[in-house]
Amino acid sequence: MNKKINKPTEENFNNPYEFGFETEIESVFAPKGLNEDVIRFISDKKEEPKWLLDWRLDSYKRWLKMKEPNWSSLRYPKIDYQDTYYFSAPKETEKLKSLDEVDPKLIETYNKLGIPLKEQEWLAGVAVDAVFDSVSLGTTFKEKLKEDGVIFCSFSEAVKEHPEIIKKYLGTVVPNSDNFFATLNSAVFSDGSFVYIPPGVTCPMELSTYFRINAAGTGQFERTLLIADEDSYVSYLEGCTAPMRDEHQLHAAVVELVALKGAEIKYSTVQNWYPGDENGKGGVYNFVTKRGDCRGDNSKISWTQVETGSAITWKYPSCILKGDNSSGEFHSIAISNNYQQVDSGTKMLHLGKNTKSRIISKGVSSGSSSNTYRGQVNIHPKSENSRNFTQCDSLLLTGNCSATTIPYVESKNKTSTIEHEATSSKISEDQLFYCLQRGLNEEEAIALIVNGFCKEVLQKLPMEFAVEAQKLLEISLEGSVG
Amino acid sequence: MSGNLLEINDLHVNAGEKEILKGLNLSIPFNEIHAIMGPNGSGKSVLSNVLSGNEDYKVTSGQIIFKNENIIELKPNEISNLGLFMAFQYPVEIPGVTLMNFLKTIHEANRKANGLEKLGPSDFLKYVREKAKILGINDEVLKRQLNVGFSGGEKKRNETLQLLVLDPVLTILDETDSGLDVDALDIVSDGIVGMKNEENSFLVITHYKKLLDKLSPSKIHILVDGRIVESGGQDLAEKIENNGFESFN
Ligand SMILES: Nc1ncnc2c1ncn2[C@@H]1O[C@H](COP(=O)(O)OP(=O)(O)OP(=O)(O)O)[C@@H](O)[C@H]1O
Ligand SMILES: [Mg+2]
Repeated sequence: MNKKINKPTEENFNNPYEFGFETEIESVFAPKGLNEDVIRFISDKKEEPKWLLDWRLDSYKRWLKMKEPNWSSLRYPKIDYQDTYYFSAPKETEKLKSLDEVDPKLIETYNKLGIPLKEQEWLAGVAVDAVFDSVSLGTTFKEKLKEDGVIFCSFSEAVKEHPEIIKKYLGTVVPNSDNFFATLNSAVFSDGSFVYIPPGVTCPMELSTYFRINAAGTGQFERTLLIADEDSYVSYLEGCTAPMRDEHQLHAAVVELVALKGAEIKYSTVQNWYPGDENGKGGVYNFVTKRGDCRGDNSKISWTQVETGSAITWKYPSCILKGDNSSGEFHSIAISNNYQQVDSGTKMLHLGKNTKSRIISKGVSSGSSSNTYRGQVNIHPKSENSRNFTQCDSLLLTGNCSATTIPYVESKNKTSTIEHEATSSKISEDQLFYCLQRGLNEEEAIALIVNGFCKEVLQKLPMEFAVEAQKLLEISLEGSVG
Repeated sequence: MSGNLLEINDLHVNAGEKEILKGLNLSIPFNEIHAIMGPNGSGKSVLSNVLSGNEDYKVTSGQIIFKNENIIELKPNEISNLGLFMAFQYPVEIPGVTLMNFLKTIHEANRKANGLEKLGPSDFLKYVREKAKILGINDEVLKRQLNVGFSGGEKKRNETLQLLVLDPVLTILDETDSGLDVDALDIVSDGIVGMKNEENSFLVITHYKKLLDKLSPSKIHILVDGRIVESGGQDLAEKIENNGFESFN
């Protein structure tokens, strides 16, 4: 940045070049750092209504008073929040009707990542909503979804087209006072996805979004809101990769899920952001707040995640089991290699009667990584006959890595039960030799054994994701032995 | 093909500081079944493991020539892909990996190492079912996790299925007959006999004459304290069955 930013005027905003905004080949940046003006800039750029700007500003004020959490096992250099860009968007964000209108260079990037958009389109029954940097570029299958009344679009678009739904639900699961990172996101979120499934509708296809981080030094603040109205069903897939990069990248996303009476949401994630190199240099810092609210009776939310990426992962997809007979599930695979640090788990908050939760966590550690499962199960005094089952398994591939399981459990209702099982194991020499004797090399053998270890969770993923996830496990453990 | 498929010359092997094999010699020509008998702890499994490249054991001197190549420096998977298969005395469990998936993975690795394309899913399924049928293994078993919760006999049958699927050049059976019931022993030995051809050979380690009666090996070797102390025909098995290893010490 070469120009000092003071109070931007209306004119400045309309001419970002004047204003001193950096225009690296494809992006428009808000200036580095965070203040009210930057927030106004973001909101203005996105042509948001005043109430949303006010909400952002309120979040920002709250954030200023908050402290970065330090209770996790993660160790990382202090983040300078004034040294980050809070907004970047591909050149001009005109509405694109089809993917043909997308800049071919972006398509090329997708191709390099091995997930060409075109192919995604071909995947029968999958609607793709591509997020490049912070702004959604294209949405397919929208028409088909429309027939059923399903809304699946970028968050910004939803703000314009369906402000009443956004206003009704935004921040009702993760309030803008929730935690340091979620509050930061509430102030500066750039874009993300929005889904609404009307009452009684089973979403006709798996919804999928690919998130990417691309511009150097750009913080990513995605915001996703998914509402399943009464007796509806949706399966949502989220996948992420990022290109190689030296600088640490801050990422603080928020995902809010609302399941009304009798609704079911399946939310699956395959996350493989750049984890840093084998010496621990670079990589994404990922601080995510994901929470699902089983607001209505008989509702169900399940989180399934395969985490192989990021230098730092701070992530606890949770369920609030408010409705009677509601149920929450968390199935997770967290792989850590080299110098990656994972502090992840879930929270199950049982409020309604006859609520159920099930937690299956598989941690695989290798290299000098550390992998912590942190889980919380709370059964409220009024939550009668509720049940939780937790199983945490860790697999260690090398002597240098560490795996820790930290369960917090609290039951305030005598009719409810909490069950917890934990195991920790190593791949035995005998298993390895057995596989080698059958002709597999060491990496193939480890991939096979790890896949077996993770099977219970992999099975929960939708088909096409499961295959991708299995490949990912193999890739992320490359070079972990020998 | 002519000559020996396997030739072991003056092999000395240590487990830790302790010498287990103390100058072992053994040759197996193509198209022959050889058997090794010997008391517990004499070094039979150590020999199988060393032939398979297990790095737990250190070869201090001697040669192992397999397919005209000294394989002492090779990794277990390299030896395997040359066509050596060992049926384990104690097969390991691999949780979460189905027998079918395991078969597919090892079959593909094996073909890849030998420059062959992998079979398509339906061709492979057909191929495996054919082999499984020989051993009386049904689809349900193929879906089970590898050796997890399998009985001793089931594990051995499993090993034999992998053997049939990989169709190696040299097969080492380390007490594959132990734990098999009478019928299973028939099935497994029939399977092995059916596999035998001019281009392969077998090394069968056993404590029981019964298997040898079925396989009619060309030679029986007696392994005592790390050395082959005697080699001979089928009558050796009988001698041992009646008198034990006493007379060989
Ligand atoms: N990894 C090891 N470390 C130390 N000693 C070993 C190791 N493996 C084998 N041994 C020893 O080597 C000797 C030979 O063992 P081996 O397993 O080959 O016997 P075997 O002939 O197969 O016996 P059995 O008939 O009981 O199967 C035994 O004394 C055993 O304790
Ligand atoms: Mg033995």
